[in-house]
Amino acid sequence: MNEFVFFLNNVVIAGSVAGSIYAIGAVGVTLVFSIMRFAHFAHADMMTFGAFMVLLLTLLFPGAGSAVGLPTAVVMLPLAMVLTALLAVGIDRVFYKPLRAHGVQPIVMVIGSLGVTLLLQGLIRLFAGTGGQNLYVDDRKEIFRLALPFEGARAPIVITEPQIILFVLTITAVVGLHLFLTRSRLGKAMRAMSDNPDLAQASGINTNLIVAVTWVIAGGLAAIAGTLLSLDVTFKPDLSFFILLPIFAAAIVGGVGHPFGAIAGGFVVGFAETLAVFNWSVLLRPFRDSLPEWLTQAGNLAFVGTEYKIVVPFFILVAILVWRPTGIFKGKVI
Amino acid sequence: MSTQREQRTDLVTTPSRLPVRELTLFATLLVAVLGVYAVMGAAYSTRMLVEAACYAILALGLTIQWGYAGQFNAGVMGFVALGGFSAMAFSVPVNEAFWASELPGELGVALLYALAAVLVVFGATRLDRLGVPKKLRTLIAVVLAVVLYLVVVNVLRGVTGEIESRAGFIGGLGLPPWTGWIVGGALAGGIGYFIGKVCLGLRSDYLAIATLGIAEIIKAFLKNSDWLTRGTATVSPLPWPTPGPAELGFTLARALYLSLTAVLIAAIFFLLHRAYHAPWGRMIRAIRDNEISAAAMGKDINRRRLEIFVLGCILMGIGGGVLGTFNSLFDPQGYLPLNHTFLVLVMVILGGPGNNLGTIFGAVAVYIIWIMSEPLALYLMQLAVTIGEGAFGWDAPSNLDSRALQARVFVIGLLITLVLRFAPKGLLPEKVKHHG
Amino acid sequence: MPLLDARDVHGGYGGMNILNGVNMAIEADEIGVIVGPNGAGKSTMLKAIFGLLTVSRGEILLRGEPIHNLPPNKLVQRGMGFIPQEKNVFPSLTVKENLEMGAFLKPHNTRRMLKQVYGFFPPLYDKRHQPAGELSGGQRQMVAMGRALMAEPELLLLDEPTAGLSPLYMNEIFERVKEINAAGVGILMVEQNAKQALAIADKGFVLAAGQNRFTDTGQALLADPEVAKSFLGG
Repeated sequence: MNEFVFFLNNVVIAGSVAGSIYAIGAVGVTLVFSIMRFAHFAHADMMTFGAFMVLLLTLLFPGAGSAVGLPTAVVMLPLAMVLTALLAVGIDRVFYKPLRAHGVQPIVMVIGSLGVTLLLQGLIRLFAGTGGQNLYVDDRKEIFRLALPFEGARAPIVITEPQIILFVLTITAVVGLHLFLTRSRLGKAMRAMSDNPDLAQASGINTNLIVAVTWVIAGGLAAIAGTLLSLDVTFKPDLSFFILLPIFAAAIVGGVGHPFGAIAGGFVVGFAETLAVFNWSVLLRPFRDSLPEWLTQAGNLAFVGTEYKIVVPFFILVAILVWRPTGIFKGKVI
Repeated sequence: MSTQREQRTDLVTTPSRLPVRELTLFATLLVAVLGVYAVMGAAYSTRMLVEAACYAILALGLTIQWGYAGQFNAGVMGFVALGGFSAMAFSVPVNEAFWASELPGELGVALLYALAAVLVVFGATRLDRLGVPKKLRTLIAVVLAVVLYLVVVNVLRGVTGEIESRAGFIGGLGLPPWTGWIVGGALAGGIGYFIGKVCLGLRSDYLAIATLGIAEIIKAFLKNSDWLTRGTATVSPLPWPTPGPAELGFTLARALYLSLTAVLIAAIFFLLHRAYHAPWGRMIRAIRDNEISAAAMGKDINRRRLEIFVLGCILMGIGGGVLGTFNSLFDPQGYLPLNHTFLVLVMVILGGPGNNLGTIFGAVAVYIIWIMSEPLALYLMQLAVTIGEGAFGWDAPSNLDSRALQARVFVIGLLITLVLRFAPKGLLPEKVKHHG
Repeated sequence: MPLLDARDVHGGYGGMNILNGVNMAIEADEIGVIVGPNGAGKSTMLKAIFGLLTVSRGEILLRGEPIHNLPPNKLVQRGMGFIPQEKNVFPSLTVKENLEMGAFLKPHNTRRMLKQVYGFFPPLYDKRHQPAGELSGGQRQMVAMGRALMAEPELLLLDEPTAGLSPLYMNEIFERVKEINAAGVGILMVEQNAKQALAIADKGFVLAAGQNRFTDTGQALLADPEVAKSFLGG
């Protein structure tokens, strides 16, 4: 029973945490891809930027959270989302729009976004230094231990406050995005432009406006994802490098251009990662007596060590590119 | 697209004359190099030149991929690291503590297990030929792969753990460094073949993502495989193919190494030039200029693209080997995407993608800027602090030096975006001739 | 004053000129039909009017105001609608959402116009919650026309609306075009089915090599033996 709780803690909860973060990141990537048709490499750094804004605001107003009973970082998140959205729109105006106006190939946009990645990284490190910092400036992370009402379950399910916030925020973001894309005029126009940009223009849809809206959403979501990630661990300027590959893998697994595919892809990648680094021998322990000795003696039955975690999204990426490049839900762009 | 056309026609109509542009640019470069020599001293400057030369090899590899075929490789670092590893593994002296024990045998057995597992799984994927239903075959193959993988990994973990605790690492082969360079090129080419096979038929963005990933994986592997590379403990010194500083002094030894790299670059340059004007090169250019009509003429485009990609990766592997040997230190953590991927990218874009001479120019020029930006950034930072403290009473953070270096990240990013916007064809644009 | 007045229009793609001086004028309540052999510049002319390619010489006036080289979304604002020949629906959007996109610039009109469009094309009402990509070719053409009507255009440009349709749908589309025109929308369309199209045309323009060969009323062109011989297949 304790082994099962261990599994819950280390796979189900950890996988959902990673999955949520990847899902929100991948949605941003896939939206940008479907409107502007290029893989936006700077997305992970927009996430870092968003988290950094939260850190700055939290340091500026450390008491704001206790007034409403939430961590200050969460209270500051909406403001950080606005700032990150502004940054995204600004970056588009300065760097991507001229390239688009030149009619360059998508791959040149990709390189441009790599340049932006470096710009952002340089700026963030310049101001934040290179070390890690906790987003919980004043208050402590609350940890909830839920004891299970079973015989022999001594270990509790452990879930932290930021993880609960993360689940709530993820669900809110997904529902909000769904309503926006299916109910609002701009959301529908976004889908229309992703379907057929020429016809969207011929229908009188202001494509510049849609591009700006896309950046606002991508930036806002990036701020959420970055903050959630930093809340769960700590804020580090080089967070982005660990998350870029998983979110691209998630977007491609879900079918590029499908926001809800990207969410599914995010959870696929998140769970795959945690399952791959999970030590399966723990689960074999209860059956110790009935199993052959060579199996129980193997101390570590994890597929990959945590240091090789990055192999998992890459493996998923290669597998999906080989067998089904359009993703689970047929993507629009190959 | 239209502007590109205009520039091209413009270039075509220009009659051949003295290459004024090339001469001016290289003369400026020479002045800059002499300036560095005057300020920083001969030993330092020669080192800078050798490193620039190594980067030029990497840049030639990337210019083939990006300039000849429009493939964007975002994982130069990984291929460089493979080259560096190979140079280390071949040239470092033999580790007696490892070879004298029974460990080589055990490692061999573990590798044989791995081979056997691969063969079994491969066999399982062919079960359908014996009449096994396809779904069942896939299931069997996947289950077998998972189980055998776990078994092999466990055996390997045991052996490598033993190696680490008893012998440190398996050591090198004690061969001349150039053997490592060649094998490094081959290794990089092999990985490139795998990646290219998966991605080259798809949108070009996917290649960028995949190469980015493989580079991180190679780095993670080299960093964590202590039994193979000593991991974070690093391996040094790596023997040079030329007499080392201990015999000749820094300047002379580095100058010798520089001449070696110069010969290497000249050879690569010459071979590329030949290939470019041979039927193979014509085909490549035909594909670049008009993919559809080239395909209509019955050219196997994906095959040619794969060849280009692999060739570029091989050059990166060789360049990585030469660079690793020169540094005389194998430190897996020293392979940074920033230095080894983006710097090379800037070199290629600034120099002129697809133009070999331009790429070499870009490599040397950008490397000088890169090296010199360090003292410059520190100076500017200190200036800012002095002004800041004087004018606003600003309390400067203590780790300013390390932060100033981050300014270089910013500068590289800015360079990429600026060049893409204002000089997308580089300073020495590749001339596109009308043929036929 | 004519609704649309194109004078001596030159233009094309890249450096290649396809239009070499085309003249065209239609009144507010008229149907204009452009016919001619392949490569005559029929679709190109339509695209030039809708700002999809650069007009290098000549001028295009909408109600007397020059509109050449304005971007498409500005033209939609000024009361022009365009229905491309291919890819003329948003496949993953539902029929209703497709129509709503047509009214993007006038969202307050959406409800009223939806009613009107469903009136023109009753099948669309039944399929309003289906993705447009799942419809048949003829129904898609209806969605495309409906989408353009949603913006309440004064002038509708149609690029070969009957291409690839069965004869049944073809007649249906021609009927609808007549009805839409009767509701006060000027029509300019390119057609391969020249005889049928000219039969409903107030004005016909026969283009060849990027220039007007014949310009007359539809009936007159149909009656002209020379037109019949060279352009209507005998």
